[in-house]
Amino acid sequence: MALFKNITIGQYIPGNSVIHRLDPRTKILGAVLLIAMLFLVDSVWGYLLAGLAIFAVIYLSEIPIKVVLRGLRPLFVILLLTVSLHLFMTEGDPIFNVRFLNRITWQGLNRGVLMGVRLALLVMGTSLLTLTTSPINLTDGIESLLSPGKRIGVPAHELAMMMTIALRFIPTLLEEAEKIMKAQMARGADFQSGNLVQRAKSLIPLLVPLFVNAFRRADDLAVAMEARGYRGGEGRTKFKELHFRRADVFALIISFGFVVVISVLF
Amino acid sequence: MAEPLIRFEEVHFKYNAGTEREWAALQDITLEIYPGEFVAVLGHNGSGKSTLAKHCNALLIPSAGKVYVNGLDTSDETRVWEIRQQIGMVFQNPDNQLVATTVEEDVAFGPENLGIPSKEIQLRVDEALRAVGMEEYRLHSPHQLSGGQKQRVAIAGMISMRPQCIVLDEPTAMLDPVGRREVMETIHHLNKTENITIVHITHHMDEVIDADRVVIMAGGKIALQGTPKEVFSQIDLLRRLHLDVPQVTDLAHRLKRHGCSLPEGITKVDELVMHLCQ
Repeated sequence: MALFKNITIGQYIPGNSVIHRLDPRTKILGAVLLIAMLFLVDSVWGYLLAGLAIFAVIYLSEIPIKVVLRGLRPLFVILLLTVSLHLFMTEGDPIFNVRFLNRITWQGLNRGVLMGVRLALLVMGTSLLTLTTSPINLTDGIESLLSPGKRIGVPAHELAMMMTIALRFIPTLLEEAEKIMKAQMARGADFQSGNLVQRAKSLIPLLVPLFVNAFRRADDLAVAMEARGYRGGEGRTKFKELHFRRADVFALIISFGFVVVISVLF
Repeated sequence: MAEPLIRFEEVHFKYNAGTEREWAALQDITLEIYPGEFVAVLGHNGSGKSTLAKHCNALLIPSAGKVYVNGLDTSDETRVWEIRQQIGMVFQNPDNQLVATTVEEDVAFGPENLGIPSKEIQLRVDEALRAVGMEEYRLHSPHQLSGGQKQRVAIAGMISMRPQCIVLDEPTAMLDPVGRREVMETIHHLNKTENITIVHITHHMDEVIDADRVVIMAGGKIALQGTPKEVFSQIDLLRRLHLDVPQVTDLAHRLKRHGCSLPEGITKVDELVMHLCQ
């Protein structure tokens, strides 16, 4: 039972493309700009240009289009629902003049397709961020972007630390879950059969030791961190500092300009 | 002799003091550890050896008595961070002391806390990983490493803080024989080449033979201390404390009882062979 073998966290694909090398802050801001643009744009031309831009970034990132499109798979149901709801619920000129099908309108088709495209582009654009940025970089970027908020009480360092520790311990806890599961199965526990309720119940003997151990780990880790001189974010330096390079400035100017032009024009 | 690096002065420590579950873990400990020494602390579970370890870097403060690190009193809260920089600590469970998602980031964690500039951290990380022989693994994530490798990374995480002493609290207890050997070789190497003082806490007899000094703990007190030879010549006392002695020592002791003329406290096979062949 290799349930949790070869798990990777996030979906980062290592590479050395222009996009990979950008500062994580640039990429996070870019993703935010993209989201803003997709909500401001409201015409076919706008979506077409936005789509074109996203495909250009995919091309630059050297990540296979297939991988990016694969990210849409879990979204399929939502996409379908969005398109069909708009198709049926929008008032306007019917496409067919047959009985119940007359609820389908041209306007609905228009809106449905645009909404679907908007969602798809949204997911593709943001997954480009996680595909080209390692979790460490992402965490560092978030910490750095949030740190101006420290003055009004945003716990930037603490959030980043929590993310790091979570990333560090997910594989460890999964491994442990697998071990406990095997131990329970060796003693006749059954995790696979029965209906949903029964299966959920059979997880209790797995979750209890897992949680108990997680708390013990947390305790140990806290002592180990203290022994290594950890006392919060104050006065802490960074091993790998983030550097805003010229490419980042360019990338930000281009994306900002693009977003403004597109949102104003379309 | 030089000034002691760590000095325990009549230290007592009670867990849950003042409650029903009060329990005296340390009683009247007086102990000095000198720079460059390799001290092994041996004892059963509950003998107080882990409690002793946690006193070395102010993770625990004595209920009575004092602990001094380089003359700094560990109960002085303003000096705690100075003390923790000087005394590194490695724990039993290799999984529960690594913080970051890659080996190099983890080794950098200590220096980051000390507020050392980024460039200097790079140097220290390189140096520390080289000292424990883990350079090739710098970009690996901790869960891809074996137990012994994780402990070596934990040790590197200490070295990067440039401590004078590393206290290891049963670092080999959860490792397989290969991992144990890796860790033992690493700490002996650090002791010899980097002149880092080592306090090694263990319950494996064979890990203490090469130490400069052995401290045997029982019931929160120091039962016996001296060189491995001195300690292992007291076989009857060790037996009474339910501690094993190395196989060779035991064999030599029995041979002696049956009339062989052998000195006490033989700890190595070669040594016994040499004496028998005389």
